[in-house]
Amino acid sequence: MRNISYIIQKEFIQLFRNHVMLRIIILMPVIQLFILAYAATFEIKKIRLVVVDQDHSVTSRDLTAHFQGSPFYKAGKHYDSYKIAENDIIHGSADQILIIPAGFEKDLNREGFSQVQVVTDAINGSAASLMSAYSLAIIRDFNERILLQEKNIQFGQPIKIQYSYWYNPRLDYINFMVPGILVLLVTLIGMFLSSMALVREKEIGTIEQINVSPIRKYQFIIGKLLPFWVVALADLAFGLILAKLAFNIPIVGSIGLIFLMAMVYLLVMQGIGLLLSTITNTQQQAMFLSWFILVVLILMSGLFTPIESMPHWAQVLTWFNPIAYFIETMRMIMLKGSGFMDVMKSFLILSTLSIFILSLAIWRYRKVV
Amino acid sequence: MKRENIIEVKDLTKKFGNFTANDKLTFSVRKGEVFGFLGANGAGKTTAIKILCGLSKPTSGDISVVGYDVYTQPEEIKKNIGYMSQKFSLYEDLTTAENFRFFGGIYGLKKAEIKQKTSFYLQQLDMENARDKIIQSVPLGWKQKLAFSIAVMHEPDIVFLDEPTSGVDPITRRQFWDMIYNTAREGITVFLTTHYMDEAEYCERVTILVDGRIEALDTPMALKKQFGGSSMEEVFVKLARKKLTVDG
Repeated sequence: MRNISYIIQKEFIQLFRNHVMLRIIILMPVIQLFILAYAATFEIKKIRLVVVDQDHSVTSRDLTAHFQGSPFYKAGKHYDSYKIAENDIIHGSADQILIIPAGFEKDLNREGFSQVQVVTDAINGSAASLMSAYSLAIIRDFNERILLQEKNIQFGQPIKIQYSYWYNPRLDYINFMVPGILVLLVTLIGMFLSSMALVREKEIGTIEQINVSPIRKYQFIIGKLLPFWVVALADLAFGLILAKLAFNIPIVGSIGLIFLMAMVYLLVMQGIGLLLSTITNTQQQAMFLSWFILVVLILMSGLFTPIESMPHWAQVLTWFNPIAYFIETMRMIMLKGSGFMDVMKSFLILSTLSIFILSLAIWRYRKVV
Repeated sequence: MKRENIIEVKDLTKKFGNFTANDKLTFSVRKGEVFGFLGANGAGKTTAIKILCGLSKPTSGDISVVGYDVYTQPEEIKKNIGYMSQKFSLYEDLTTAENFRFFGGIYGLKKAEIKQKTSFYLQQLDMENARDKIIQSVPLGWKQKLAFSIAVMHEPDIVFLDEPTSGVDPITRRQFWDMIYNTAREGITVFLTTHYMDEAEYCERVTILVDGRIEALDTPMALKKQFGGSSMEEVFVKLARKKLTVDG
């Protein structure tokens, strides 16, 4: 045990002497929370709409005004020709075209119905479906008004839906994002710093001096991992305080439970980092490999896209993804106030994963080559 | 005077794929001896020293170090040896005293012992003012002397030095050899590798390695007599050249 304390002491001295690293550790939660929480949003505001009004009637102007009155739309250009409007989409200076054909008002008054066309730039699929939904909502609203005003008909809806959003009543995107971003924070520190710390010793050659000493493998590895485990947990505490103070993110559940889950989760990620450092020889290799794995794990974690919408095979893969468990758990505890019994399954799975990966890493680490 | 052997090696062979780095090395090292491995770059000196330290597994051969078998008791060996690698291996971002503390600590020295040893070596090396200096800012020759002190601070039976003086100025080399002799006088066996011929003269016995094989092993005096050279340099050149003509 005393041997381990010397390694821990050394790691802390090295970490605190490395000012660049220290600054990153402190700045990372601040930058991630402030920038990512505001920037990584699915809400689309100020859609650049181009209107091709070939009807020039009161009704067509009314419809256009409806769009422009919406907070989601930015008053855009008006063209007479569809071809020119199309150019704007091609060049990326417009997101949506509203085409009101000639005779729009006349048809509406005479036939009782008419048509408009909406063209959406769908390079970003999820943005496109949001834009379509916004435009549909506006047009539906417009329809209801026409029926009410001119024909005096109440838009017939036998079943009215009453929406009620639980756990995030205002559908605040930040509430949803911040728990996930905190997960990324501890992941980066836990996985990267652990793997770098070991590979660096290989790179500068000090690992030989360790390997020739009577220190046991598990002692060395505990001594290497514990400091970054502590640092990551401290950073999580810092991140939670920021989230509460700066964003007023609700933390409904127990802080203790958040940390309990983080403690187990970190062991898994540190184990992965350690495993990578045993199969690489330079920090460059370790960094590259860590990034590759991390990107895959993050994309499949449900941070940005819901796991429920993934194809079945991908959902099966997420059963082995520690990040997915921890993000889900963090959201449950922070937003829903879930207790230990609710997250027990994740707790057990993460514990199992941590034992498995750490054993594998200790076994893979060789004092003798 | 017959001294007991502290290292016994019989037919040590190490292969990396098709390449044979050590070919059936057989030798023994006596307790308290200053034993040199002399050879050109790539002759297999470092490979052999790593096997003796338990850093690398031999392909075949019977090897015992401090009475322990390298295959089955490598951790026992590690408790009783010191090692200074070719690649400089103190922590550059720690101070001198912190390096002493860390290495003393992982060898299981007590706090008081570490303190006392640190002061002792710094005084001996006349480097007390470097106690709290970051190693990075200490000149190379000083670092080598510190690394040597750290390698012997836990009082091992043998200390292995892999090209300890390469890149060091002549005065520091001189001082380094004083340290080696002092260490040997304390009863610690010194096993070193070098490619400096003059250093071979300082060893009690020298093994000349050429292409992974032992070409000669004896005291420098006897080797000079046997191969008819006035210095170890001549002996070495003769052996290396003989090898060349045989190969050619």
